[in-house]
This record gives sequence, C-alpha cells and structure tokens, in this order.
Amino acid sequence: MLQKKKKSILELWMKNQLSDEGLREDLISNEELRSQSDELVTALVGNLSAENFSDLNSDEWSPVIEILGGIAITRARQGFSPRETGNFVFSLKEALLQVLQDEIKTDPMMLFQESMKISRIMDNLSVVTFETFIKGREEVILRQTDEITEISTPVIRVWTGILALPIIGTLDSARTQVVMENLLQEIVETGSSIAILDISGVPAVDSLVAQHLIKTVSATRLMGAECIISGIRPEIAQTVVHLGIDLSNIITKATLASALAYAFQVMRLEVRKVNSIQK
Amino acid sequence: MTTKTSLLMILSLSKDNIQIVREQDSVFLKNRVKEVAVKIKMGLVNQTRLITAASELVRNMLRYANGGNCLIEIVSSGKINGVRLTFSDKGPGIPDITAAMRDGFSTGKSLGLGLPGTKRLVNEFEIKSKVGEGTQVTILKWANG
Amino acid sequence: MDRIPILRMGAFLLVTIQVDLYDRLALTLESDLVQMVNKTGAKGVLIDISAVSIVDSFMGRIIGNIASMSRILDAATVVVGMQPAVAITLIELGLPLKGVHTALDMEKGMNLLKSMIHIPQEDDDQDLTTDDSIAE
Repeated sequence: MLQKKKKSILELWMKNQLSDEGLREDLISNEELRSQSDELVTALVGNLSAENFSDLNSDEWSPVIEILGGIAITRARQGFSPRETGNFVFSLKEALLQVLQDEIKTDPMMLFQESMKISRIMDNLSVVTFETFIKGREEVILRQTDEITEISTPVIRVWTGILALPIIGTLDSARTQVVMENLLQEIVETGSSIAILDISGVPAVDSLVAQHLIKTVSATRLMGAECIISGIRPEIAQTVVHLGIDLSNIITKATLASALAYAFQVMRLEVRKVNSIQK
Repeated sequence: MTTKTSLLMILSLSKDNIQIVREQDSVFLKNRVKEVAVKIKMGLVNQTRLITAASELVRNMLRYANGGNCLIEIVSSGKINGVRLTFSDKGPGIPDITAAMRDGFSTGKSLGLGLPGTKRLVNEFEIKSKVGEGTQVTILKWANG
Repeated sequence: MDRIPILRMGAFLLVTIQVDLYDRLALTLESDLVQMVNKTGAKGVLIDISAVSIVDSFMGRIIGNIASMSRILDAATVVVGMQPAVAITLIELGLPLKGVHTALDMEKGMNLLKSMIHIPQEDDDQDLTTDDSIAE
C-alpha cells in the first residue's frame, strides 16, 4: 500500500519540511533537501514488507538506517541543531500518518493499528538518527581537540642551536606527550643544544604538571641537549615550594629573556650595543 | 590497579602465538610486535614503549622461568585499535606481587625496574601469578595512547 | 659469536652500535670495552646509539656500567645520538642514566670529550661553558 503512495508521501513530507519555520535554508538548499528526502523515502518504501515491518534488526532495514545515519552525520558536521535534525525525521512520521489517514478512512480500528506500527518504527528511526547525530558531533569534537593540541605546541628556533617552546594552557599527560615528542624531534632536526620551555601561559603547576616538566627535561638531557624552564611566575614558585616539588636539578629562569641570556652565555655568544650605526 | 572492566569490552581481531625458549627468540618477538604495531598505525614513540615493555617481560620470562609463551593480538575497543601481549610461563611464580611491582625491588641481579617500569610504558597492565604454577602478564597499548 | 667492533682514534675509543642488542651481545661489549680502555689507556669512550631503536632496562644498565667502569679506569664516556623515542621510553622506565654524559651527535660528543680531557676534574661550573650537557 505504501509503495503506491510513495509520491504523495514525499510531497507531503516536503511540504511539511518547507513550511517549518525553522527551516535552515542557509545550511541546505531545497534541492539538496529534496534529494535527501527522496533517497530516504525510496529506501524506506522499497525495503518495506509486511513481514519485516516491526523488526528493525532485519536486513531489509539496514539500507534505511545507513541512509539515515549518513544524513545525521552530515548534518552534525554542517552544524544543524539536534532539534532541526530531529524535525527532519518527525515530519516524515507526520507525513506518513497523514497519508495513512487519507487511505483508511472507513476503518478506525485498522487506522489505529497501522498508525501504531508507523509510530513505533519511526520512533526507532528517530533514536537511530539521534545516536548517529551525537556520534557525528563527537567526531567533530575529537578532531578539534587534535587540532588544538597540534596548533598549541609550536617549536620556535630563536637562534642557531637554541629552540623555544611556549606552552599556553593546561599541561596534562596527553599534551606533555605531544610537547615532548615535538621538542625532541625538533632538537634532532636542528641539532640544537639548548631548548627553552616557557610556561608563562600555563595557569597552574601542580605536582603532576611538575612531573611532566621534569620528564621532558630529563629526556632532553638524555639526548644530549639542555632544557631550561622559563616564565615561572611568583605564584607558581610559591605553589611549587609549598607542594614540596624538587626542581633543583632543573635550570629555571623567571623570564624567557633571562633564559635566552643564559643560553647565549652557555654557547659563548655575546649581545652588544653598537655605538654608531654603520652605513 | 588493573582495569578489568575495560578489558572485557575489547574485541580481539587477530592472534599470533610465539614460543620463547632462547634469548634470540626475543629478537624475533620484538620484530613481530613491531610489524603488528606498524600495521595498526601506532606512532613511533608508542611502538618504542610497547617493544621496550615486551623486551622487559621476555627477559623476566627467560631469566626466572626458562622461557614461555607470548600471545600477540590486535584488539579493538570500537573506536581505536591496540596491541595486546600476553606472556605466560610455567615458572616458579611470584610470591609477593605487590613487592614485585615496587620500584627498586628485585630478587635477581637487576635494577628492579622491570615490572613497575613496564607498567608505566603501557596503557593496561595485569599480572596473575601462582607460586609453583606460573605467571601471566598481560599488557595493552593503544595506537594513540 | 657476534661482536660490536671498537675503533681506536687517538686517545678515544669509538663504538657504533648498528644492530639492536640482545643481552649477551651487550655483555660482551661491556667486557670488551673495559678491556680495551685498560689496554690502550684511552681517555674517552664515545658510544653512538643513533641506530638503536630499543633500549630497555638491561641495555640501560650496561651503558651505566660502561660509564662507571671507565670512570674508575680514568676515562670519560659520552653516549651520542639517542633517538627521541628511546629517550622518552628510558625516562618513563625510570632510567635517567645518571652520571652518563650525552651529546646530540658524534661531532658534539667528540668536542665534549675533548673539553673534559683538557680540563679534568671540573664540576658544575665547567658544564656551563660546554656546548653539551650532562644528564644528571
């Protein structure tokens, strides 16, 4: 029965969707919306039969779920809100029920039964949609986290043989791994013998962060370079001492400038003021 | 200390069994572990951690139990893949596991970093031992862990 | 049996480890090296581990042993070219190789050795004026 009505279902659904005030024309064009809807209805109607109707786990349903999942994930990436994505499926349910109503006018009992079936199946599909939508959003978040970690750990060559690595934000285990790996790799590539780890942008140093810093310094030394920690604010010095963290084996400087001055001294370099500008 | 709940949800994708009898077998094992780690696109540093951990455990097995068996598995948690190694021996067993897991503890002539150090290198570490029957150590390293 | 070759260059001994070591090979290297230091009266030992991808606690101990034994025989040891992944793993394992001198590459290691031999018995102050560092 539904097969025959495919066209009218689609039309009705499109009408429902288009009349929705929250339609996001900025994110998706009408044609695109129509083709998405068409694809879904075709799959839905094409794979339906009386036997599998109530069993969402049967194989015939998998193409429908696949298409719906694909749409949900795309929408999550495009920045649709959960409500907008939900309405996409809910309006289909409405359209289906409407068609059903037009068809079975005479038998209220049958109409009720069929409506229940449609309701159940569409509710299940909505749950699937939401699950996939959330999964899509999670993927976006994960990718952004990775990007932030990458961006936030630049290794800068401040001088031949001297590297600086300004750390901004909280230093947790995962971040330390990235910082350490980037720094050590850069040391090998540039043959630098001094690395300055500037922590002016780190909000707090607890024993765990301190441990991470000590680890980085020790690994640098094992490779044959020296690591200086700079940008230690007074309150950080206070916490470090209060927590009883021993940083005595590490060269620490208050500012990046003094760390650089120290690095120059180690490399037997001198910065001098020139009396007259040579032309 | 051990995370048993998460171990249960993990799916095994491939299995490979290696007998450890002589010292040279450890070289073979390390190469196999490396191959598997490369296959699941594990980063270089994590590969190094995993192989070093395997190296420690193989040495323990050879030294205290005259060898044993190592099962190499590629596992999946659904989101990411990892390598799981299970070292089983029929050696004398460890009477006091808590002590053995402490830094600096050693019954043999070593630094006593083997077990606790190994634990620091991997994501999951589980040790079971019965005196007189043998020891089983399971370690797991995720591709991006 | 396999052996790691030890080269003599002036007052220094050079060792380049090109293969992944297994325990017996490392032990042989330890005894060979100490014998050589004694026989040649070398003042410095340079060990290049840039091709080594795995250093576990046993290998780490051997490196530490070589450094300590050479020191007793009045020779300094510098380990050069450690891979980043190896350095990170060693630290996590709990082996910072205290007392072993390190340098980024052969050339820097050689300079470090020379500076240590020209001005012997120097402590912290001297470290500040060398290009390379000491893992402590």
